[in-house]
Amino acid sequence: MKILLKIYTALLFVFLYAPILVLIVFSFNDTQTSSRTQFSGFTLRWYERLFEDRYILEALFNTLLIAVVSAVCATVLGTLAAVGINRLKKLPRRVMMNITNFPMVNPEIVTGVSMMLLFVAATGLFGGKNLGMWTLIIAHITFCLPYVILSVLPKLRQMNPNLYEAAQDLGCPPIPAFFKVVLPEIMPGIITGMIMAFTLSIDDFVISYFTSGTTQTLPIYIYTMTRRRISPEINALSTVLFVCIMALLILINVRQSKAEKEQREKGDAR
Amino acid sequence: MRNNKLICAPYTVWMTLFIIVPMGLVAFFAFTDRSGAFTLHNIAQVGQYSNVFLRSIWLGAIATAVSLLLGYPLAYIIARANPSRQSALVMLVMLPMWMNFLLRTYAWMTLLEDNGLLNALLTAVGLPRLHMINTAGAVVLGMVYNYIPYMILPLYSVLTKIDPSVIEAAQDLGADSKKVFLKVIFPMSMPGVISGVTMVFVPAVSTFIISKMLGGGGNLLIGDLIDMQFLGSAYNPNLGSAISLVLMVIILICMGIMNQFDDGEEVGGGMLL
Repeated sequence: MKILLKIYTALLFVFLYAPILVLIVFSFNDTQTSSRTQFSGFTLRWYERLFEDRYILEALFNTLLIAVVSAVCATVLGTLAAVGINRLKKLPRRVMMNITNFPMVNPEIVTGVSMMLLFVAATGLFGGKNLGMWTLIIAHITFCLPYVILSVLPKLRQMNPNLYEAAQDLGCPPIPAFFKVVLPEIMPGIITGMIMAFTLSIDDFVISYFTSGTTQTLPIYIYTMTRRRISPEINALSTVLFVCIMALLILINVRQSKAEKEQREKGDAR
Repeated sequence: MRNNKLICAPYTVWMTLFIIVPMGLVAFFAFTDRSGAFTLHNIAQVGQYSNVFLRSIWLGAIATAVSLLLGYPLAYIIARANPSRQSALVMLVMLPMWMNFLLRTYAWMTLLEDNGLLNALLTAVGLPRLHMINTAGAVVLGMVYNYIPYMILPLYSVLTKIDPSVIEAAQDLGADSKKVFLKVIFPMSMPGVISGVTMVFVPAVSTFIISKMLGGGGNLLIGDLIDMQFLGSAYNPNLGSAISLVLMVIILICMGIMNQFDDGEEVGGGMLL
Protein backbone atom coordinates (compact mmCIF):
# COMPACT_ATOMS: atom_id res chain seq x y z
CA MET A 1 0.00 0.00 0.00
CA LYS A 2 2.76 2.39 0.95
CA ILE A 3 4.61 1.68 -2.27
CA LEU A 4 1.45 2.34 -4.25
CA LEU A 5 1.10 5.72 -2.58
CA LYS A 6 4.69 6.54 -3.38
CA ILE A 7 4.24 5.56 -7.01
CA TYR A 8 1.11 7.71 -7.19
CA THR A 9 2.92 10.72 -5.74
CA ALA A 10 5.84 10.20 -8.10
CA LEU A 11 3.57 9.93 -11.14
CA LEU A 12 1.74 13.15 -10.30
CA PHE A 13 5.03 14.98 -9.88
CA VAL A 14 6.20 13.60 -13.22
CA PHE A 15 2.99 15.01 -14.72
CA LEU A 16 3.70 18.38 -13.11
CA TYR A 17 7.37 18.59 -14.03
CA ALA A 18 7.77 16.72 -17.33
CA PRO A 19 6.69 19.69 -19.49
CA ILE A 20 9.06 22.01 -17.66
CA LEU A 21 11.90 19.54 -18.03
CA VAL A 22 11.20 19.25 -21.75
CA LEU A 23 11.33 23.03 -22.10
CA ILE A 24 14.66 23.16 -20.32
CA VAL A 25 16.26 20.31 -22.27
CA PHE A 26 15.25 21.77 -25.62
CA SER A 27 16.63 25.17 -24.72
CA PHE A 28 20.07 23.63 -25.32
CA ASN A 29 19.04 22.01 -28.58
CA ASP A 30 21.38 22.81 -31.48
CA THR A 31 19.16 22.71 -34.51
CA GLN A 32 18.77 24.68 -37.69
CA THR A 33 15.21 23.71 -38.42
CA SER A 34 13.99 24.73 -34.95
CA SER A 35 12.39 21.34 -34.61
CA ARG A 36 10.78 21.05 -31.25
CA THR A 37 11.14 17.32 -30.95
CA GLN A 38 14.55 16.18 -32.14
CA PHE A 39 17.59 16.74 -30.03
CA SER A 40 20.62 17.30 -32.22
CA GLY A 41 23.45 18.53 -30.07
CA PHE A 42 24.23 20.98 -27.30
CA THR A 43 24.36 24.75 -27.80
CA LEU A 44 24.05 27.95 -25.83
CA ARG A 45 23.08 29.89 -28.95
CA TRP A 46 19.49 30.50 -27.86
CA TYR A 47 20.66 32.05 -24.63
CA GLU A 48 22.97 34.41 -26.51
CA ARG A 49 20.14 35.41 -28.80
CA LEU A 50 17.85 35.90 -25.83
CA PHE A 51 20.15 38.42 -24.19
CA GLU A 52 20.66 40.25 -27.45
CA ASP A 53 16.94 40.51 -28.12
CA ARG A 54 16.07 44.17 -27.58
CA TYR A 55 12.34 43.48 -27.40
CA ILE A 56 12.68 40.88 -24.68
CA LEU A 57 14.89 43.13 -22.59
CA GLU A 58 12.44 46.00 -23.01
CA ALA A 59 9.52 43.77 -22.07
CA LEU A 60 11.45 42.55 -19.03
CA PHE A 61 12.14 46.13 -17.97
CA ASN A 62 8.47 47.08 -18.37
CA THR A 63 7.36 44.04 -16.39
CA LEU A 64 9.69 44.77 -13.48
CA LEU A 65 8.85 48.48 -13.44
CA ILE A 66 5.12 47.78 -13.39
CA ALA A 67 5.55 45.10 -10.74
CA VAL A 68 7.57 47.34 -8.40
CA VAL A 69 5.34 50.40 -8.79
CA SER A 70 2.07 48.51 -8.48
CA ALA A 71 3.27 46.33 -5.58
CA VAL A 72 4.36 49.40 -3.59
CA CYS A 73 1.19 51.37 -4.35
CA ALA A 74 -1.07 48.38 -3.67
CA THR A 75 0.70 47.70 -0.39
CA VAL A 76 0.37 51.27 0.91
CA LEU A 77 -3.22 51.65 -0.25
CA GLY A 78 -4.17 48.15 0.87
CA THR A 79 -2.62 48.44 4.33
CA LEU A 80 -4.45 51.71 4.98
CA ALA A 81 -7.65 50.14 3.70
CA ALA A 82 -7.20 47.11 5.96
CA VAL A 83 -6.68 49.32 9.00
CA GLY A 84 -9.80 51.28 8.08
CA ILE A 85 -11.90 48.21 7.34
CA ASN A 86 -10.85 46.63 10.61
CA ARG A 87 -12.32 49.58 12.52
CA LEU A 88 -15.59 49.73 10.61
CA LYS A 89 -18.88 48.60 12.08
CA LYS A 90 -20.35 45.30 11.00
CA LEU A 91 -22.51 46.34 8.06
CA PRO A 92 -20.13 48.73 6.27
CA ARG A 93 -17.34 46.24 6.88
CA ARG A 94 -19.38 43.55 5.16
CA VAL A 95 -19.96 45.84 2.18
CA MET A 96 -16.24 46.62 1.95
CA MET A 97 -15.29 42.94 2.19
CA ASN A 98 -17.71 42.06 -0.60
CA ILE A 99 -16.18 44.74 -2.82
CA THR A 100 -12.72 43.40 -1.92
CA ASN A 101 -13.63 39.80 -2.68
CA PHE A 102 -15.39 40.60 -5.92
CA PRO A 103 -12.34 40.90 -8.21
CA MET A 104 -10.99 37.65 -6.78
CA VAL A 105 -14.05 35.61 -7.74
CA ASN A 106 -14.87 37.48 -10.93
CA PRO A 107 -13.37 35.79 -14.01
CA GLU A 108 -10.11 37.53 -14.89
CA ILE A 109 -11.16 38.06 -18.48
CA VAL A 110 -14.26 40.00 -17.39
CA THR A 111 -12.17 42.21 -15.09
CA GLY A 112 -9.75 42.82 -17.95
CA VAL A 113 -12.45 43.63 -20.45
CA SER A 114 -14.28 45.94 -18.04
CA MET A 115 -11.12 47.94 -17.35
CA MET A 116 -10.40 48.14 -21.04
CA LEU A 117 -13.84 49.68 -21.57
CA LEU A 118 -13.15 52.22 -18.81
CA PHE A 119 -9.73 53.19 -20.15
CA VAL A 120 -10.96 53.49 -23.72
CA ALA A 121 -13.87 55.63 -22.52
CA ALA A 122 -11.50 57.75 -20.43
CA THR A 123 -9.12 58.42 -23.31
CA GLY A 124 -12.13 59.27 -25.44
CA LEU A 125 -13.47 61.72 -22.88
CA PHE A 126 -10.32 63.40 -21.67
CA GLY A 127 -8.14 63.03 -24.73
CA GLY A 128 -5.02 61.87 -22.98
CA LYS A 129 -2.63 59.17 -24.03
CA ASN A 130 -3.58 55.80 -25.40
CA LEU A 131 -3.57 52.64 -23.33
CA GLY A 132 -0.10 51.75 -22.14
CA MET A 133 2.07 51.95 -19.09
CA TRP A 134 -0.32 54.00 -16.97
CA THR A 135 -3.32 51.79 -17.64
CA LEU A 136 -1.23 48.70 -16.92
CA ILE A 137 -0.11 50.11 -13.58
CA ILE A 138 -3.66 51.09 -12.58
CA ALA A 139 -4.97 47.66 -13.56
CA HIS A 140 -2.21 45.86 -11.68
CA ILE A 141 -2.72 47.91 -8.52
CA THR A 142 -6.43 47.12 -8.70
CA PHE A 143 -6.09 43.35 -8.94
CA CYS A 144 -3.30 43.24 -6.32
CA LEU A 145 -5.19 45.27 -3.70
CA PRO A 146 -7.49 42.49 -2.44
CA TYR A 147 -4.54 40.17 -1.86
CA VAL A 148 -2.75 42.79 0.24
CA ILE A 149 -5.87 43.49 2.28
CA LEU A 150 -6.57 39.82 2.87
CA SER A 151 -3.05 39.21 4.12
CA VAL A 152 -2.98 42.28 6.40
CA LEU A 153 -6.46 41.92 7.93
CA PRO A 154 -5.80 38.67 9.84
CA LYS A 155 -2.73 40.23 11.47
CA LEU A 156 -4.84 43.21 12.58
CA ARG A 157 -7.43 40.87 14.04
CA GLN A 158 -4.78 38.94 15.98
CA MET A 159 -3.47 42.16 17.47
CA ASN A 160 -4.53 43.27 20.90
CA PRO A 161 -6.64 46.39 20.24
CA ASN A 162 -5.76 47.81 23.65
CA LEU A 163 -2.12 48.26 22.63
CA TYR A 164 -2.90 51.15 20.32
CA GLU A 165 -5.12 52.80 22.89
CA ALA A 166 -2.53 52.26 25.61
CA ALA A 167 0.07 54.06 23.51
CA GLN A 168 -2.30 56.96 23.11
CA ASP A 169 -3.16 56.99 26.80
CA LEU A 170 0.54 57.25 27.50
CA GLY A 171 0.64 60.40 25.42
CA CYS A 172 1.61 59.19 21.96
CA PRO A 173 -0.28 61.02 19.20
CA PRO A 174 -2.35 58.76 16.89
CA ILE A 175 -0.06 58.79 13.86
CA PRO A 176 3.23 58.02 15.68
CA ALA A 177 1.30 55.47 17.74
CA PHE A 178 0.28 53.76 14.52
CA PHE A 179 3.86 53.65 13.26
CA LYS A 180 5.35 52.55 16.57
CA VAL A 181 2.73 50.08 17.78
CA VAL A 182 0.46 48.87 15.01
CA LEU A 183 2.83 48.77 12.06
CA PRO A 184 5.49 46.47 13.62
CA GLU A 185 2.74 44.06 14.67
CA ILE A 186 1.23 43.75 11.21
CA MET A 187 4.53 43.91 9.30
CA PRO A 188 4.65 40.17 8.43
CA GLY A 189 1.23 40.48 6.79
CA ILE A 190 2.29 43.57 4.88
CA ILE A 191 5.41 41.87 3.56
CA THR A 192 3.50 38.75 2.52
CA GLY A 193 0.98 40.96 0.75
CA MET A 194 3.69 42.90 -1.03
CA ILE A 195 5.47 39.74 -2.23
CA MET A 196 2.16 38.34 -3.45
CA ALA A 197 1.36 41.57 -5.27
CA PHE A 198 4.79 41.61 -6.87
CA THR A 199 4.60 38.02 -8.13
CA LEU A 200 0.99 38.34 -9.29
CA SER A 201 1.91 41.43 -11.25
CA ILE A 202 4.93 39.78 -12.90
CA ASP A 203 2.91 36.73 -13.86
CA ASP A 204 -0.29 38.39 -15.01
CA PHE A 205 -1.28 37.92 -18.60
CA VAL A 206 -5.05 38.10 -19.02
CA ILE A 207 -5.71 41.53 -17.49
CA SER A 208 -2.52 43.00 -19.01
CA TYR A 209 -3.54 41.67 -22.41
CA PHE A 210 -6.67 43.82 -22.41
CA THR A 211 -5.20 46.95 -20.81
CA SER A 212 -1.75 47.20 -22.38
CA GLY A 213 -2.39 48.90 -25.71
CA THR A 214 0.90 48.45 -27.54
CA THR A 215 3.11 48.27 -24.44
CA GLN A 216 4.84 44.91 -24.11
CA THR A 217 5.26 43.06 -20.86
CA LEU A 218 7.06 39.75 -20.63
CA PRO A 219 3.90 37.57 -20.53
CA ILE A 220 2.47 39.48 -23.48
CA TYR A 221 5.70 39.09 -25.39
CA ILE A 222 5.72 35.37 -24.63
CA TYR A 223 2.19 35.19 -25.98
CA THR A 224 3.16 36.84 -29.26
CA MET A 225 6.20 34.54 -29.45
CA THR A 226 4.09 31.41 -29.09
CA ARG A 227 1.81 32.62 -31.86
CA ARG A 228 4.26 34.11 -34.29
CA ARG A 229 6.99 31.53 -34.67
CA ILE A 230 8.45 28.51 -33.04
CA SER A 231 11.72 29.53 -31.51
CA PRO A 232 13.91 27.79 -28.95
CA GLU A 233 14.44 31.28 -27.53
CA ILE A 234 11.18 30.71 -25.67
CA ASN A 235 12.70 27.63 -24.08
CA ALA A 236 15.80 29.56 -23.08
CA LEU A 237 13.62 32.27 -21.57
CA SER A 238 11.58 29.69 -19.64
CA THR A 239 14.73 28.12 -18.29
CA VAL A 240 16.14 31.43 -17.09
CA LEU A 241 12.85 32.33 -15.42
CA PHE A 242 12.51 28.91 -13.84
CA VAL A 243 16.00 28.97 -12.39
CA CYS A 244 15.44 32.49 -10.98
CA ILE A 245 12.16 31.48 -9.39
CA MET A 246 13.60 28.32 -7.93
CA ALA A 247 16.56 30.17 -6.44
CA LEU A 248 14.21 32.77 -4.95
CA LEU A 249 11.92 30.13 -3.45
CA ILE A 250 14.79 28.16 -1.98
CA LEU A 251 16.19 31.34 -0.48
CA ILE A 252 12.83 32.23 1.10
CA ASN A 253 12.38 28.69 2.37
CA VAL A 254 15.83 28.54 3.94
CA ARG A 255 15.30 31.91 5.60
CA GLN A 256 11.93 30.84 6.90
CA SER A 257 13.14 27.57 8.38
CA LYS A 258 16.06 29.40 9.94
CA ALA A 259 13.70 31.92 11.53
CA GLU A 260 11.47 29.09 12.76
CA LYS A 261 14.45 27.32 14.24
CA GLU A 262 15.58 30.45 16.03
CA GLN A 263 12.12 30.98 17.37
CA ARG A 264 11.98 27.42 18.63
CA GLU A 265 15.32 27.81 20.35
CA LYS A 266 14.14 31.03 21.92
CA GLY A 267 11.04 29.22 23.14
CA ASP A 268 13.16 26.44 24.61
CA ALA A 269 15.37 28.92 26.42
CA ARG A 270 12.34 30.40 28.09
CA MET B 1 -11.53 58.75 16.56
CA ARG B 2 -12.90 60.72 13.69
CA ASN B 3 -10.16 60.01 11.14
CA ASN B 4 -11.15 56.32 11.03
CA LYS B 5 -13.43 56.62 8.08
CA LEU B 6 -10.95 58.73 6.18
CA ILE B 7 -8.36 55.93 6.22
CA CYS B 8 -10.67 53.82 4.10
CA ALA B 9 -11.51 56.64 1.71
CA PRO B 10 -8.69 56.30 -0.84
CA TYR B 11 -9.39 52.60 -1.19
CA THR B 12 -13.13 53.15 -1.50
CA VAL B 13 -12.57 55.75 -4.21
CA TRP B 14 -10.10 53.48 -6.01
CA MET B 15 -12.37 50.45 -6.01
CA THR B 16 -15.36 52.53 -7.07
CA LEU B 17 -13.43 53.97 -10.00
CA PHE B 18 -11.71 50.81 -11.18
CA ILE B 19 -14.03 47.97 -10.19
CA ILE B 20 -17.58 49.26 -9.85
CA VAL B 21 -17.59 51.83 -12.67
CA PRO B 22 -16.04 49.35 -15.16
CA MET B 23 -18.66 46.77 -14.25
CA GLY B 24 -21.30 49.43 -14.83
CA LEU B 25 -19.75 50.06 -18.23
CA VAL B 26 -19.95 46.36 -19.09
CA ALA B 27 -23.65 46.41 -18.20
CA PHE B 28 -24.15 49.64 -20.14
CA PHE B 29 -22.46 48.28 -23.28
CA ALA B 30 -24.36 45.02 -23.00
CA PHE B 31 -27.71 46.80 -23.16
CA THR B 32 -26.93 49.42 -25.80
CA ASP B 33 -26.08 49.40 -29.48
CA ARG B 34 -23.27 51.23 -31.22
CA SER B 35 -25.05 54.57 -31.10
CA GLY B 36 -25.75 54.21 -27.38
CA ALA B 37 -29.48 53.51 -27.62
CA PHE B 38 -31.05 50.89 -25.36
CA THR B 39 -31.41 47.47 -26.92
CA LEU B 40 -31.83 43.84 -25.92
CA HIS B 41 -30.34 42.69 -29.20
CA ASN B 42 -26.91 41.85 -27.74
CA ILE B 43 -28.29 39.71 -24.96
CA ALA B 44 -30.55 37.93 -27.44
CA GLN B 45 -27.57 37.32 -29.69
CA VAL B 46 -25.71 35.54 -26.88
CA GLY B 47 -28.24 32.73 -27.34
CA GLN B 48 -26.63 31.92 -30.68
CA TYR B 49 -23.50 30.91 -28.84
CA SER B 50 -25.17 28.56 -26.40
CA ASN B 51 -23.10 25.68 -27.80
CA VAL B 52 -19.89 27.56 -26.90
CA PHE B 53 -21.24 28.19 -23.39
CA LEU B 54 -22.22 24.56 -22.97
CA ARG B 55 -18.81 23.40 -24.21
CA SER B 56 -16.98 25.72 -21.82
CA ILE B 57 -19.03 24.63 -18.84
CA TRP B 58 -18.74 20.96 -19.82
CA LEU B 59 -14.96 21.04 -20.34
CA GLY B 60 -14.49 23.15 -17.20
CA ALA B 61 -16.57 20.70 -15.18
CA ILE B 62 -14.60 17.70 -16.49
CA ALA B 63 -11.30 19.44 -15.72
CA THR B 64 -12.54 20.27 -12.21
CA ALA B 65 -13.64 16.68 -11.58
CA VAL B 66 -10.34 15.26 -12.86
CA SER B 67 -8.39 17.74 -10.73
CA LEU B 68 -10.38 16.73 -7.67
CA LEU B 69 -9.93 13.00 -8.30
CA LEU B 70 -6.20 13.33 -8.97
CA GLY B 71 -5.51 16.05 -6.42
CA TYR B 72 -7.36 14.68 -3.40
CA PRO B 73 -5.14 11.61 -2.89
CA LEU B 74 -2.00 13.69 -3.26
CA ALA B 75 -3.25 16.33 -0.80
CA TYR B 76 -4.04 13.50 1.62
CA ILE B 77 -0.62 11.89 1.17
CA ILE B 78 1.12 15.23 1.78
CA ALA B 79 -1.02 15.95 4.86
CA ARG B 80 -0.07 12.52 6.28
CA ALA B 81 3.62 12.81 5.44
CA ASN B 82 6.38 13.47 7.91
CA PRO B 83 5.98 17.13 9.01
CA SER B 84 9.53 17.93 7.98
CA ARG B 85 8.81 16.76 4.44
CA GLN B 86 5.41 18.42 4.16
CA SER B 87 6.64 21.90 3.39
CA ALA B 88 9.04 20.57 0.75
CA LEU B 89 6.21 18.64 -0.93
CA VAL B 90 3.91 21.66 -0.83
CA MET B 91 6.66 23.73 -2.43
CA LEU B 92 7.01 21.12 -5.17
CA VAL B 93 3.30 21.45 -5.89
CA MET B 94 3.54 25.24 -6.01
CA LEU B 95 6.74 25.59 -8.00
CA PRO B 96 5.25 24.98 -11.47
CA MET B 97 2.62 27.61 -10.73
CA TRP B 98 5.35 30.21 -10.53
CA MET B 99 6.24 29.65 -14.11
CA ASN B 100 4.16 31.64 -16.52
CA PHE B 101 1.20 29.56 -17.63
CA LEU B 102 1.77 30.47 -21.27
CA LEU B 103 5.14 28.75 -21.14
CA ARG B 104 3.72 25.71 -19.43
CA THR B 105 0.96 25.43 -21.98
CA TYR B 106 3.51 25.92 -24.75
CA ALA B 107 5.43 22.96 -23.30
CA TRP B 108 2.35 20.80 -23.69
CA MET B 109 2.12 21.81 -27.34
CA THR B 110 5.59 20.33 -27.77
CA LEU B 111 4.53 17.13 -26.06
CA LEU B 112 1.17 16.60 -27.71
CA GLU B 113 1.92 17.49 -31.34
CA ASP B 114 1.48 14.89 -34.06
CA ASN B 115 5.26 14.79 -34.40
CA GLY B 116 5.61 15.52 -30.70
CA LEU B 117 7.49 13.81 -27.95
CA LEU B 118 4.63 11.66 -26.70
CA ASN B 119 4.04 10.30 -30.18
CA ALA B 120 7.77 9.70 -30.59
CA LEU B 121 7.63 7.76 -27.35
CA LEU B 122 4.63 5.74 -28.53
CA THR B 123 6.26 4.79 -31.82
CA ALA B 124 9.46 3.89 -30.01
CA VAL B 125 7.50 1.41 -27.91
CA GLY B 126 5.77 0.12 -31.02
CA LEU B 127 2.34 1.61 -30.44
CA PRO B 128 0.40 3.53 -33.09
CA ARG B 129 0.51 7.33 -33.05
CA LEU B 130 -2.33 9.23 -31.45
CA HIS B 131 -3.79 12.50 -32.60
CA MET B 132 -3.83 14.54 -29.40
CA ILE B 133 -3.31 18.22 -30.14
CA ASN B 134 -6.30 20.31 -31.22
CA THR B 135 -8.79 18.06 -29.47
CA ALA B 136 -11.13 18.74 -26.56
CA GLY B 137 -9.09 16.25 -24.54
CA ALA B 138 -5.96 18.36 -24.96
CA VAL B 139 -7.85 21.42 -23.70
CA VAL B 140 -9.00 19.52 -20.61
CA LEU B 141 -5.45 18.29 -20.04
CA GLY B 142 -4.14 21.85 -20.25
CA MET B 143 -6.77 23.03 -17.75
CA VAL B 144 -5.99 20.22 -15.31
CA TYR B 145 -2.27 20.81 -15.62
CA ASN B 146 -2.53 24.55 -15.06
CA TYR B 147 -5.07 24.57 -12.28
CA ILE B 148 -4.51 21.37 -10.26
CA PRO B 149 -2.29 23.16 -7.69
CA TYR B 150 -5.28 25.36 -6.84
CA MET B 151 -7.13 22.15 -5.97
CA ILE B 152 -4.32 20.49 -4.02
CA LEU B 153 -3.36 23.44 -1.82
CA PRO B 154 -6.74 24.20 -0.17
CA LEU B 155 -7.39 20.46 0.22
CA TYR B 156 -4.03 20.03 1.90
CA SER B 157 -4.57 22.94 4.28
CA VAL B 158 -7.91 21.49 5.40
CA LEU B 159 -6.71 17.89 5.62
CA THR B 160 -3.66 18.77 7.66
CA LYS B 161 -5.87 20.41 10.27
CA ILE B 162 -7.96 17.31 10.92
CA ASP B 163 -7.18 16.05 14.39
CA PRO B 164 -5.79 12.48 14.11
CA SER B 165 -7.56 11.56 17.33
CA VAL B 166 -10.91 12.05 15.57
CA ILE B 167 -9.90 9.41 13.03
CA GLU B 168 -8.62 7.15 15.78
CA ALA B 169 -11.89 7.56 17.64
CA ALA B 170 -13.81 6.46 14.55
CA GLN B 171 -11.54 3.45 14.20
CA ASP B 172 -11.93 2.59 17.87
CA LEU B 173 -15.68 2.70 17.43
CA GLY B 174 -15.37 0.04 14.75
CA ALA B 175 -15.37 1.93 11.46
CA ASP B 176 -13.33 0.37 8.67
CA SER B 177 -11.05 2.56 6.58
CA LYS B 178 -13.69 3.09 3.87
CA LYS B 179 -16.20 4.25 6.45
CA VAL B 180 -13.65 6.46 8.18
CA PHE B 181 -13.00 8.19 4.90
CA LEU B 182 -16.64 8.56 3.84
CA LYS B 183 -18.05 9.53 7.24
CA VAL B 184 -15.21 11.42 8.87
CA ILE B 185 -12.39 12.58 6.64
CA PHE B 186 -14.32 13.55 3.52
CA PRO B 187 -17.08 15.52 5.29
CA MET B 188 -14.46 17.32 7.37
CA SER B 189 -12.52 18.26 4.25
CA MET B 190 -15.62 19.71 2.55
CA PRO B 191 -14.56 23.38 2.90
CA GLY B 192 -11.31 22.51 1.10
CA VAL B 193 -13.18 20.64 -1.62
CA ILE B 194 -15.45 23.61 -2.18
CA SER B 195 -12.71 26.21 -2.37
CA GLY B 196 -10.65 23.89 -4.58
CA VAL B 197 -13.56 23.30 -6.93
CA THR B 198 -14.30 27.01 -7.29
CA MET B 199 -10.65 27.90 -7.70
CA VAL B 200 -10.33 25.43 -10.57
CA PHE B 201 -13.75 25.83 -12.16
CA VAL B 202 -13.83 29.63 -12.46
CA PRO B 203 -10.53 30.05 -14.35
CA ALA B 204 -11.13 26.86 -16.38
CA VAL B 205 -14.52 28.04 -17.66
CA SER B 206 -13.26 31.50 -18.56
CA THR B 207 -9.86 30.61 -20.05
CA PHE B 208 -9.08 31.68 -23.57
CA ILE B 209 -5.42 30.87 -24.07
CA ILE B 210 -5.41 27.19 -23.27
CA SER B 211 -8.16 26.52 -25.77
CA LYS B 212 -6.38 28.59 -28.41
CA MET B 213 -3.03 26.87 -27.94
CA LEU B 214 -4.10 23.28 -27.36
CA GLY B 215 -7.58 23.17 -28.85
CA GLY B 216 -6.92 24.54 -32.31
CA GLY B 217 -9.78 26.42 -33.91
CA GLY B 218 -12.43 23.80 -33.27
CA ASN B 219 -12.72 24.10 -29.52
CA LEU B 220 -13.79 27.69 -29.06
CA LEU B 221 -14.59 28.63 -25.46
CA ILE B 222 -16.42 31.61 -23.92
CA GLY B 223 -13.12 33.34 -23.27
CA ASP B 224 -12.12 33.12 -26.95
CA LEU B 225 -15.49 34.54 -27.91
CA ILE B 226 -15.01 37.55 -25.62
CA ASP B 227 -11.44 38.02 -26.83
CA MET B 228 -12.67 38.06 -30.45
CA GLN B 229 -15.21 40.79 -29.72
CA PHE B 230 -12.70 43.10 -28.05
CA LEU B 231 -9.30 42.53 -29.61
CA GLY B 232 -9.99 40.08 -32.41
CA SER B 233 -11.48 40.01 -35.85
CA ALA B 234 -15.14 40.23 -34.85
CA TYR B 235 -14.79 43.62 -33.15
CA ASN B 236 -18.05 44.28 -31.31
CA PRO B 237 -17.68 45.49 -27.71
CA ASN B 238 -21.43 45.53 -27.18
CA LEU B 239 -21.80 41.83 -27.92
CA GLY B 240 -18.57 41.14 -26.01
CA SER B 241 -19.99 42.92 -22.95
CA ALA B 242 -23.21 40.95 -23.19
CA ILE B 243 -21.24 37.68 -23.30
CA SER B 244 -19.10 38.82 -20.33
CA LEU B 245 -22.21 39.70 -18.39
CA VAL B 246 -23.75 36.28 -19.01
CA LEU B 247 -20.47 34.56 -18.09
CA MET B 248 -20.34 36.53 -14.85
CA VAL B 249 -23.93 35.61 -13.99
CA ILE B 250 -23.22 31.92 -14.66
CA ILE B 251 -20.13 31.99 -12.44
CA LEU B 252 -21.96 33.81 -9.64
CA ILE B 253 -24.81 31.29 -9.79
CA CYS B 254 -22.32 28.41 -9.60
CA MET B 255 -20.59 30.01 -6.63
CA GLY B 256 -23.93 30.60 -4.95
CA ILE B 257 -24.83 26.93 -5.32
CA MET B 258 -21.43 25.88 -3.98
CA ASN B 259 -21.70 28.20 -0.98
CA GLN B 260 -25.16 26.86 -0.20
CA PHE B 261 -23.61 23.44 -0.06
CA ASP B 262 -20.88 24.70 2.26
CA ASP B 263 -23.29 26.36 4.68
CA GLY B 264 -25.39 23.21 4.81
CA GLU B 265 -22.35 21.22 5.88
CA GLU B 266 -21.43 23.71 8.52
CA VAL B 267 -24.91 23.72 9.98
CA GLY B 268 -24.82 19.92 10.06
CA GLY B 269 -21.48 19.95 11.84
CA GLY B 270 -22.69 22.58 14.27
CA MET B 271 -25.74 20.57 15.11
CA LEU B 272 -23.66 17.52 15.87
CA LEU B 273 -21.57 19.49 18.30
